[in-house]
Amino acid sequence: MLTKVGRLEDALRAKNDLKLVPYIMAGHPTAKKSIEVGKRLAASGVAAIEIGIPHSDPLADGPVVQHAGQVALENGMTVSGALQVAAAVASEGVPVVLMTYINPVLSHDPRRFAAEAAQAGVAGVIVPDLPIEEAEPVAAWFRAASLDTVFMVAPTTPPDRISAIASHSSGFVYCVTLTGITGARKEMPEGMGDLLHQVRERTQLPVAAGFGISKPEHMKLLRGAADAAVVGSAIVDDIDHGGDALALVKELLKACR
Amino acid sequence: MSALHELEDMWHEAKADPQFQLELAGHRRAFIGRPTPLYAATRLSEHFGGTHIHLKREDLCHTGAHKLNNAVGQALLAVRMGKKRIIAETGAGQHGVATATVCARFGLDCTVYMGSEDMRRQSMNVRRMKLLGVEVVEVSSGSKTLKDAITEAIRDWVTNVRTTHYIIGSVVGPHPYPEMVRDLQRVIGDEAREQYMSLDGKLPDVVVACVGGGSNAIGVFTAFLDDRDVSLVGVEAAGRGIRSGEHAASLVGGRPGVLHGSYSYVLQDGDGQILPTHSISAGLDYPGVGPEHAFLRDIERVEYVAVGDEDALAAFKLCTRLEGIMPALEPAHAIHHAGVIAKELGPGGRILVCLSGRGDKDMDSVETPTKSEASPRLRGDPQKDAH
Repeated sequence: MLTKVGRLEDALRAKNDLKLVPYIMAGHPTAKKSIEVGKRLAASGVAAIEIGIPHSDPLADGPVVQHAGQVALENGMTVSGALQVAAAVASEGVPVVLMTYINPVLSHDPRRFAAEAAQAGVAGVIVPDLPIEEAEPVAAWFRAASLDTVFMVAPTTPPDRISAIASHSSGFVYCVTLTGITGARKEMPEGMGDLLHQVRERTQLPVAAGFGISKPEHMKLLRGAADAAVVGSAIVDDIDHGGDALALVKELLKACR
Repeated sequence: MSALHELEDMWHEAKADPQFQLELAGHRRAFIGRPTPLYAATRLSEHFGGTHIHLKREDLCHTGAHKLNNAVGQALLAVRMGKKRIIAETGAGQHGVATATVCARFGLDCTVYMGSEDMRRQSMNVRRMKLLGVEVVEVSSGSKTLKDAITEAIRDWVTNVRTTHYIIGSVVGPHPYPEMVRDLQRVIGDEAREQYMSLDGKLPDVVVACVGGGSNAIGVFTAFLDDRDVSLVGVEAAGRGIRSGEHAASLVGGRPGVLHGSYSYVLQDGDGQILPTHSISAGLDYPGVGPEHAFLRDIERVEYVAVGDEDALAAFKLCTRLEGIMPALEPAHAIHHAGVIAKELGPGGRILVCLSGRGDKDMDSVETPTKSEASPRLRGDPQKDAH
């Protein structure tokens, strides 16, 4: 659908390395702090940054991200506020992907959301509870605002559906490497390599692996199998304990090369 | 999504299979105790001014509520799909008990998610579930009630989807759940319509049912949808009054949105965040409502109103004293509203109320109804707000 290669697609395609996409929650623990951390991570050599918009009922998230969202909401974060966080981080020049549940988007008005996200310099949007069957017209409004729409493939997704999800996606395809919710795991699941291989066979887009990825060892396993790795809960947990996740991100980046 | 597609296919296949229907009918008769009676509530009728009030006695279902109609059907489906593990959420505990019961009956592993606030309010049902061999997982995130229990159950399901069937207890959640649960609950209205017709060949003027997620209401309404002369009224929980903000009336006080995978009326703030709810009855304490109710509201086939805590409590006591039938607090909301309609209809009017469950579980709430977070300042006039 896109005639030129988008910013996300370009940024996430692995050359000889694995690209890293850290996830932070907008407004966690405060708006100011999430902007500071986001900017610092943006300057650290990551390929893109995923920024979560907090939601009261985050179905796809594990306890760490859910807690971060609750803290952000308690400290007054809103959809508009999250777009301001995204704008501040995007000004560092790194592509920003928003992760949001569909209800805040519907409530904000999807057309207004798309326009404001584009205005903020956002490159793409992930909506985990928006299946491809129900994606229009929201996805069309995102495309009209030149936002990439990223859909998710899970280990339970049958092959023909992988193709359909890939063809609806732009920017990259998000491959959920385990059945379940976000959150750091000790081991990478069996069959992850097969799944990534299946997805890569069915799309020209870069393929990012996410959910459960938290350690340098995981990066090494993913090199060659995926274009990029999304790391969320481990980073959010560090921020929750007062850190800026920079040391962890640097360690992960080292393992990507 | 793949699991939902599979479930949809399996349900349509089972529904069309005479063998499955025969088996379901057998369990309804011998295990649930169907058909449940249609009962003429003569003293309640007299009290409300002479309108004839009939109660569909779902409180006489095994385990004490209509929830078993759905649990039995879905357990049979799980067995058919070869799934050995069942999960469920529960608010009032009635669906948890129903699911625990069918899991014991069919030899399935079972885990039930329940909000910690609801575990406190419905401790007897927690004890029942444990005796039935179920692991009850306490959910202390968010509002610690039904909404959060559903969220946790969905998370479990997406994690263990290959081995596990999720028995949702109401007509909520992603498709095909609202349709499947309606199909399994419509037996209430199918029976009631036939029983009502056999009285004197006439239909009721009004059918009234309480609405949380809305499964007993859809169950009783479905048979009457084509009877244009029959008014259908769904009664939501006004809690401490719609204006207080402490209620659970999604259709009366909410706006369209997505919760738990369906697009319906949702109680939410201006930014799309789901709001905390309040009702004296745990079974109505949910910020969403089945999407078919949203449709029936929008096409104006069903009227939805809300009744507050105090009126529900009064109706609970009234029904207990006048009929010797202790209703659950959920249908007590419907009984109160039946009284309001009865005054409009006058003598000779005919009202059918779905008595969705029995009230033993609510003893603690009835004896100390406002001990939790009651704030006198916020207690308005629920009835005035509701109509």
